[in-house]
Amino acid sequence: MTEWAIEADGLRRTYRSRTGWLRPRRQEVEAVRGVSFTVRRGELFGLLGPNGAGKTTTIKLLNTLLIPTAGTARVCGHDVVRQTREVRRHIGYVFGGDRGLYDRLSALDNLRYFAELYGVPPRGQRARISALLELVGLDGRERERVEGYSRGMRQRLHIARGLLHEPDVLFLDEPSIGVDPVAARELRRTVAGLAETGTTVLLTTHYMAEADELCDRIAVIAGGRIRALGTPAELKHHADGRRVLEVEAYGVPDARLAEIQDLPGVREVSVETVGAAQMLTVQSDAGTDMQSHVLGVLNGIRLGRVTARQPTLEDAYVSIVNAHRPEKVAA
Amino acid sequence: MLAVGTLLHAKHLSRSPLEITIALLVPVVQATLAVYLFRSGAEPHRLLEAAVGAGLMGVWSSVLFGSGGAIQNQRWQGTLEMIMLAPRPPALVILPITLATALTGTYAMIATLLWGRLLYGIRLDFADPLAFAAAAPGCVLGLGMFGLLLASTFVLLRNANALANTMEYPIWLVSGMLVPVTVLPPWTNPIAAVLPTTWGARAVREAVTGGPVWPSLGICLAISAGCLVLGAVSMSYVERRARAAATLALA
Repeated sequence: MTEWAIEADGLRRTYRSRTGWLRPRRQEVEAVRGVSFTVRRGELFGLLGPNGAGKTTTIKLLNTLLIPTAGTARVCGHDVVRQTREVRRHIGYVFGGDRGLYDRLSALDNLRYFAELYGVPPRGQRARISALLELVGLDGRERERVEGYSRGMRQRLHIARGLLHEPDVLFLDEPSIGVDPVAARELRRTVAGLAETGTTVLLTTHYMAEADELCDRIAVIAGGRIRALGTPAELKHHADGRRVLEVEAYGVPDARLAEIQDLPGVREVSVETVGAAQMLTVQSDAGTDMQSHVLGVLNGIRLGRVTARQPTLEDAYVSIVNAHRPEKVAA
Repeated sequence: MLAVGTLLHAKHLSRSPLEITIALLVPVVQATLAVYLFRSGAEPHRLLEAAVGAGLMGVWSSVLFGSGGAIQNQRWQGTLEMIMLAPRPPALVILPITLATALTGTYAMIATLLWGRLLYGIRLDFADPLAFAAAAPGCVLGLGMFGLLLASTFVLLRNANALANTMEYPIWLVSGMLVPVTVLPPWTNPIAAVLPTTWGARAVREAVTGGPVWPSLGICLAISAGCLVLGAVSMSYVERRARAAATLALA
């Protein structure tokens, strides 16, 4: 038995589409451009990246839903293209969002159906389903139709479904998307528990705190390529020699952002909109105190909280991703 | 697996108010038209045939749109990827869906028979009630298996409903669900002969009016079994194509 649960070697995937009948236009999008990595058995491995980076495509290449345009991948030693059924016996797949369940059926019926489909022996089905309902906290609500479930409950049902056949490798594609903080914390606890029992987990997420808390190793993917790979502590080194200034502001025009970006010593500027406010994160060289310069550029603009702090994994992530973007101001 | 899958898919389909309304209303409207046509044609003895024929049309419509539409629905629900990920042959994953659409199609048959009895006083005088009790489920099973072949072509097309729309009326017409195939142009006969719908409809009609039910039912099930094998092979090919073309999900 190989020590690797997942082996990806030079995976590439190109999507081809055609629009129009009379004058058809063909379009090619290279979503994954040569991704290679390995995941040990029992490891919790994170795949981080912005939207459109190729995270979901990579997962779908590994879980047999897509065939790679080039490259090879093995899961539990089985080739994902040639030994599809063997791979499927060993994997579970959970994705975030509302879809993927039979809404007009109860949670129990959903789990019964997928238990049959995934080959859970009939004799053990009842006990397995009960145990999973308890694990995800849906016991007592299992006879209600899924259409009446909250997003968090659906997400927990997704997880129960993905674990029905006790997979060796679990693919979690942004499982906490749209889930409230309390439910997300529960979810993280469940995922951590799975890893402790020896299940290999490949997790994609947008939430750095989630990745930092859970993952043994993280690969940062952007533009279809892996840009950095290591433990969370190792990845944080990408932001070494920097300091971070966070400024809450209201209505900062693009021209001012460009001005901040051009300040000597500034490495990255990113903007996140939080309600009516914008949260500016300015990364600069550690030896430079940027606060007065940045506030000078923002003169006349309504400001809120201003904080200087040490870089986090999120800052490292921003620095890795932005290093491979043509423009430096990331929204 | 097949039984649980079929029953749960039938349960899911049966809980859609829109689908149930369409499944019950359209055949009743068609049966009404047929009754008036037969009456004006001085063929009142064929009213039961009209009710049964309209019911069969309902079963066919349910299978046709069910096989295509249900798979499209699986895509919309995001469940197509999840069911195709099962470590089972793709045909075994899809067959319960097509069988379920045939099963829910029987609502149409029940609706047209009840409608005929209650509204027009059509007596349910089947020539061979026992044969009818076998022919109707046999026909439903056959159409469910035929549905797999349809499904294997629909799974690759994102706009499969366009194909389904063009197939609905020609098939029930050519299969002789309402009028016997003998009154249709001769060039339709070879087409009719290879369709399981033709033999299923004939078996059910013979159970109603009298005639050799079992050979027709046997041919219906034999052709359907052929479609099942063809559909299974095709489904494996199509699944691989869908993985290559990325058509299992919406995006």
